[in-house]
Amino acid sequence: MTSGSTTGSPSPEDYRKREESITISSEPVGETHELLTLNIGPHHPATHGVLRLITTLEGEIVRDVQPIIGYVHTGIEKTAEDKAYWKVIPVVERMDYLGYYFNSMAFCGAVETLLALEVPPRAQYLRVIHLELNRIMSHLVWLGTSALDLGAISMFWYCFREREKILDLFEMSSGQRMHTRYFQVGGVMEDIPRGFEPKLRAFIKDMPTRADQYADLLEKNEIVLQRLRGTCPLDQETLLKLSVTGPLLRAAGHPWDLRKAAPYSSYDHFSFRIPVGTVGDNYDRYRVRHAEIYESVKIIEQALDGLPEGPHITDDRKVALPPRHELATSMEALIHHFKLVTEGFRVPPGEVYYPIEGPRGELGCFVRSDGSAKPARVHMRDPSFVNLQAAAPMVKDSYIADLIATLAMMDPVLGGIDR
Amino acid sequence: MPDATGLELTAQELRDADAESILGTVFHRGQATLLVNPSSVHGVLERLQSKGYSFLASLHGCDYYPEEPRLGVLYELLDMDSVDRITVKARVHTDAPRLASVVDMFPGADFPEREVFDMFGVVFDGHPDMRRILMPEDYEGHPQRRDFPIGGEPVLFTYNEERSYGKWQ
Repeated sequence: MTSGSTTGSPSPEDYRKREESITISSEPVGETHELLTLNIGPHHPATHGVLRLITTLEGEIVRDVQPIIGYVHTGIEKTAEDKAYWKVIPVVERMDYLGYYFNSMAFCGAVETLLALEVPPRAQYLRVIHLELNRIMSHLVWLGTSALDLGAISMFWYCFREREKILDLFEMSSGQRMHTRYFQVGGVMEDIPRGFEPKLRAFIKDMPTRADQYADLLEKNEIVLQRLRGTCPLDQETLLKLSVTGPLLRAAGHPWDLRKAAPYSSYDHFSFRIPVGTVGDNYDRYRVRHAEIYESVKIIEQALDGLPEGPHITDDRKVALPPRHELATSMEALIHHFKLVTEGFRVPPGEVYYPIEGPRGELGCFVRSDGSAKPARVHMRDPSFVNLQAAAPMVKDSYIADLIATLAMMDPVLGGIDR
Repeated sequence: MPDATGLELTAQELRDADAESILGTVFHRGQATLLVNPSSVHGVLERLQSKGYSFLASLHGCDYYPEEPRLGVLYELLDMDSVDRITVKARVHTDAPRLASVVDMFPGADFPEREVFDMFGVVFDGHPDMRRILMPEDYEGHPQRRDFPIGGEPVLFTYNEERSYGKWQ
C-alpha cells in the first residue's frame, strides 16, 4: 500500500486504512443499547502475550471477538530453511517458549522418520522424562498466570516455586534452563549426570502434594468457582470441527491423546490415564490440566524406574557426532566430526508429518527434504494457533470478565501462534 | 496409517467417483499421500470426510521451486476412530494460485488457509475472510516462497521510515 503520507509520522487515517478490513462498528441495537467496539491488547496482562482482541460489546456482554495476531512473528519457519538440520533444533525450540522440548521432539521425530533412524531405548526414555517434566512446567506457568488473571496472586508464586525446581533439573541435564537443545536427531545430547536421579525423585515425590495444595487453594475458593464453573462451555462436535485438540478437547469429554492413540517414543510402555471433563466449561479445562500434572508425575516415575541401559544417542556416525575421545585416535571419527559440523548430514528426499501430544494439543511438524543438508520446508502445526479459533465461539454472548477467564483457560502461547 | 494397498484402494474409490480427481499416490516412510487435481480438492475432501477422515489435523503450504507446479497445499486428515492419517496434496502454479476453500466443511481451516495465503499467496475461493494473518496488512510479497530473499529487510525506525519497504515510492 503506498497511501502513506510523505512527511513525518503516519496519520491516524493511515492506520485506519491499513485495518479497513476490521469492522469498527457502533450500530444502535434497539432503543437503548448500542454496540461498542473495544480493543484489548496487543500489550495487555490478561492476553498472555502479544495478542490483540477486537471485541464487540453490548453493555458487558461480548457479541463478537476477533483475534489479531502476528505481533511476534519472527519467520522461524523461513529461518529453518536456511540452516542445516541439526542447527534448526534451537530455532524451532523458540516457537512455543513454554514447550521447547516438545518443539524439538516434533522436529527431531520428523527428521528421524525421514532418515528411518532408530532411537536407542535409553534416549527414548530420557526424552519421555524431559517431555513430561516440560508438560508439568508448562501447566504450572499456565496455572500461575491463569490464577493471576482471576485475581489470585499467591498461586503465581507457588507455581513458579515448583517450576524453578524443574528448570534446575533441566539445567543439570543440559546446562540450560530454557531452550535447552537437549534433544538431538537420533537421541539426546548427553546422558543425565550423577545426582540428577535423586533430585528428580525428590521432585516427583513432592509434586503431587504440591498439586493437592494448589487444588485446596483454588477449589474451595468461592470467587474461583464462580468464575470458572459453567462459564463459556463448548461442546465436542464444535471443537472437533474447529480442529481443537489437547486439554480443551479433553475437557469436553473426548479422550483424545496421541500418547495413547498413536504412541511415540515408548509411551506405550507406561501406564497412565487420560483425564477428561464432562461439559467443557472453564472449570473442566482447569481440572483436566490439573489432573494431567499427576499423570505426568506417574509417567516420569515409571520411566525413571525402567530406564534402560545403553547409549543415549544413535551410533550412526553419519548423523550423530562421534564421542570426544575418539577424535584423538581415529581419523574416521575426525572426518565424521568435520563433515557434521561444517555441512551437517544429508536427508533423503521426502515429506513427513510427525504429530506429538504437546501440552496444548497436537503439535505436528512437517518437514520436506530435497536431499540436501538443509530442510526445504519446516512447518509447525502449533496447537495454540489452531485452538485460538475456538475463542470466538466460546465467549460469544458471555460477560467480558468471562472472556478473560476463558482466554486464561485456553492457555495460548503467542510465540507458538505467531512463530 | 493406511498401508500401501489401502492407499491404492482409497485412490481407486475416489477415481470411481470422479475420474479426474486423483493424479497419483505416494507412500513414503509409512505415510500415505494422495496427489489430487486442484479443481477437485473440495470434492475429494468431502468424500474422505464421509469415509471417516473427519478431523483436519493440519493444513499447510509448501513451495516446490524450481519444480512446476510450484505451490503445494497439504491437508493432513485424521480418522480418530481407527487412528488413521492420510495426506491430501494439491499443486498449483504461481500464475493462478487458486484453490477452493474447505472452511465450509472444516471451520478449523480458517486460520491455516489465511496463513497459506499470507506465506505463499494461494487464494482460497469461498473463504469468508481471505487476508493476511501473520504479516502486516500492507506487506508486499509472500515470504515463505523459496525465491523470496532471506534477510536484507531494514529494521524500521522513525528516522528511516520514509525509506522503508513499500514507502519509498
